[in-house]
Amino acid sequence: MTTIQERRQEYRSLFKQNVERRLLVDKVVRIIVFSCVIIAIIPLGSILVEVFKNGLTAISLEFLTETPGSAGSGEGGIGPAIQGTLIIIGLSSLIGVPIGVMSGIFLSEYGDNKLARSIRFFNDVFMEFPSIILGIFAFLMIVLVLGHFSVWAGAFALSLIMFPIVARTTEESLKMVPMTYREAGTALGLKKWVITFRIVISAAKSGMVTGILLSVSRIGGETAPLIMTILGSSQFFSSMDTPMDALPLRIWRLSLLPYDSAQLQGWGAALVLIMIILGINLGIRYYFMNKKNGFFGQLIKQRRKNTK
Amino acid sequence: MISDKVFKIGATVAGTYVLVVVVLIAFQLISESYPIWEKEGLSFITSTDWNAVEGRESFGALPYIIGTLTTSAIAMAIGVPLSIGIAMFISDAPAKIGGPLGFLVELLAAVPSVIYGLWGLFVFRIYFRDWIETPLHNAFGDNIWLFSGNPYGLDIITASVILAIMIIPTVSAVSREIMKAVPQQQKEAAYMLGATKWEMFKLAVFPYSKTGLIGASILGLGRAVGETMAVTMLIGNATGIGAIPSSLFGPSQTMSSIIANEFVEASPASVHMPALIGIGLILLLIAIVINVIAHLLVTKMLKIKEGAINN
Repeated sequence: MTTIQERRQEYRSLFKQNVERRLLVDKVVRIIVFSCVIIAIIPLGSILVEVFKNGLTAISLEFLTETPGSAGSGEGGIGPAIQGTLIIIGLSSLIGVPIGVMSGIFLSEYGDNKLARSIRFFNDVFMEFPSIILGIFAFLMIVLVLGHFSVWAGAFALSLIMFPIVARTTEESLKMVPMTYREAGTALGLKKWVITFRIVISAAKSGMVTGILLSVSRIGGETAPLIMTILGSSQFFSSMDTPMDALPLRIWRLSLLPYDSAQLQGWGAALVLIMIILGINLGIRYYFMNKKNGFFGQLIKQRRKNTK
Repeated sequence: MISDKVFKIGATVAGTYVLVVVVLIAFQLISESYPIWEKEGLSFITSTDWNAVEGRESFGALPYIIGTLTTSAIAMAIGVPLSIGIAMFISDAPAKIGGPLGFLVELLAAVPSVIYGLWGLFVFRIYFRDWIETPLHNAFGDNIWLFSGNPYGLDIITASVILAIMIIPTVSAVSREIMKAVPQQQKEAAYMLGATKWEMFKLAVFPYSKTGLIGASILGLGRAVGETMAVTMLIGNATGIGAIPSSLFGPSQTMSSIIANEFVEASPASVHMPALIGIGLILLLIAIVINVIAHLLVTKMLKIKEGAINN
C-alpha cells in the first residue's frame, strides 16, 4: 500500500514530466517553423546574389543598347530585348488596363447580382489559367489568321493575363470608398458616370495604380505566351507584323546556348529584367509605407470603422 | 440619363469580356485540336508514342500527363509543409518581424519564371547534383529504383524542387490569410486551457482552417501544373516513352514544356500542331478543375463568420 504522500509525489513527477515533454515539443515545433521561413528565403537570397554578381560584370553601355552579336562571340547586347519588353508592356497595358478598370467598375458599382458573382468567380479562375494556354489562344486568334508572328498577338496574350488582376484590384479599391461619397454626388444631382469617374475613382486612385503596376510587373516576366506570338528576334523593332524580342525570351535563348559568354549575357539580361520588376514591386511597397497616414490610409481606417 | 445607360452598358460589356474569352479559348482549343482526336481518338491520352516525322506521325500525350502529375506531386510534397510552417510563423509573429519576412517570401512570387530557370540551370542544379543527387545515387542507386538513373541534374527532382520554391509564396500567403481569419477568441480559449503555442495551433487553428488550408494547397497545385519556363529549362526534355519517369534522376517532360519546346516548329498543316493544342486542352481542363475546387474551398473558408467550427 502506498501512502497518500507517496502518491502525491508520483503524480507531481508525472505532471512535471508531462509539462516538460509538452514544452519540448513546443520548442521543437518553433524551431521547425522558423527554419521553414529561412529555407524559403535562401533561394531568394541566392537568386538575387547570383543575378547581381554575374549580371553586373556583363552590363555595359554597349550591352544595353546594341543588337546581339553572333552566338558565342560574347559581343553585342540586349538592346532589342529591352526595347521589346517596354513596347509589349505598353501595348498590353493599352488593351488590358481599360478593360480591367471598366470590369472592376462593373463588379464594384453594379456588382450585386448573379451575373457579377459569376464574372467575379470566372475572373478569379481565369487569373490562374496556365499562361502558355493564353499564348496558344493568341496564336490561333491572331498569328494563324494573319499568317505571321506579330507584336499584336503578344500584346493580346499579355493583356489577358493583365486584365483580371486589374479588375480585381480596381473592384477592391472602389469598394473601399465610403458610400457617403457616392451619396454626396447623387445629392448634388451628378450623373452616375460622373460620380464614378470624378469622385469614386479619384478617391481610389492609389489602390488602382497599385493593381496596374502589379500586373505590369507580372507580365514583364512572362515568357511562355511570347514564344508563340512575338517569337524573338535579334533586330530592333521594325513593324507590328514581324517578330520582336523581349527580355524573358532573350534570357531563355541565351541560357540554351552552350557558351560561357552567352551565359554571362543571360545573367546580364536577367539583372535588367529583375531590376524592372523588383523596382516596381519595391516602389509600390515604399509608396504605401509613406502613404499609411495619407488619404488612402485614412480611407481604409474609415471603412474599417464603418463596417464595425 | 442616356450617358448613364451607356456607362452601365460599357461596364457590363467589359465585365462580360472574361466570360467571352473563356468560352472562346475553350472553343478554339477544341476546334483546332479536332484533327488529333479524329486521328488518334482516345488513344491520344493513353498512348506513349511521340513522333513528328512526316509519314510516321504518331502522338500520345500520356508521358507528359504523367510528367506533369509527378513533378506537381513532388513539388506539393515539398512546398506545402514548408508553406504551412511559414504561414504558422508569420500569422503568429509580431507585425514587426512577420511583416518584413512575409514580404520577403512574397518577393519569391515576383521573380520571373525564366529567372528561376536560369538560376536553376547554372547555380542550383550544380549544388543539388553534387551534394544531394550523387550521394543518394551512390548510397541507394543499386537497390532502390527511385535513386537509380544517372544523376545529371536535368531531371524530375530538380524541376520539382524549383517548382516547390515557386509555389511557396502562393500557398503561404493564402494559408496565412486563412489562419488570420481564425477568431481570436478561439486562440485565447486554447491558451486559457493551458495550451502551449503548438497545442494552440493544434486545438484552435488547424481544425478551424482545415478546409482553407487544403484549398490553399490546391491553389499551389494549380500553379505547379501550369508552370512552364523553369520546368522546361530543367526537366531534361525527353520525348515519347523516354519521358515516362523511371527514377527521380531521369529526364521527363510536362504538358506545358512540350508545348513550349515544339509549338513553334510544328507545322499547322500537319497533325503535330493539333496534337500540341490537344495537350493544351487537357492541361486547361486539369487547371480549371483544380482552380475551381481551390477557389470554392478558399472563399468558403474566408466567408465563414466568427464562432462555429465547420467540419
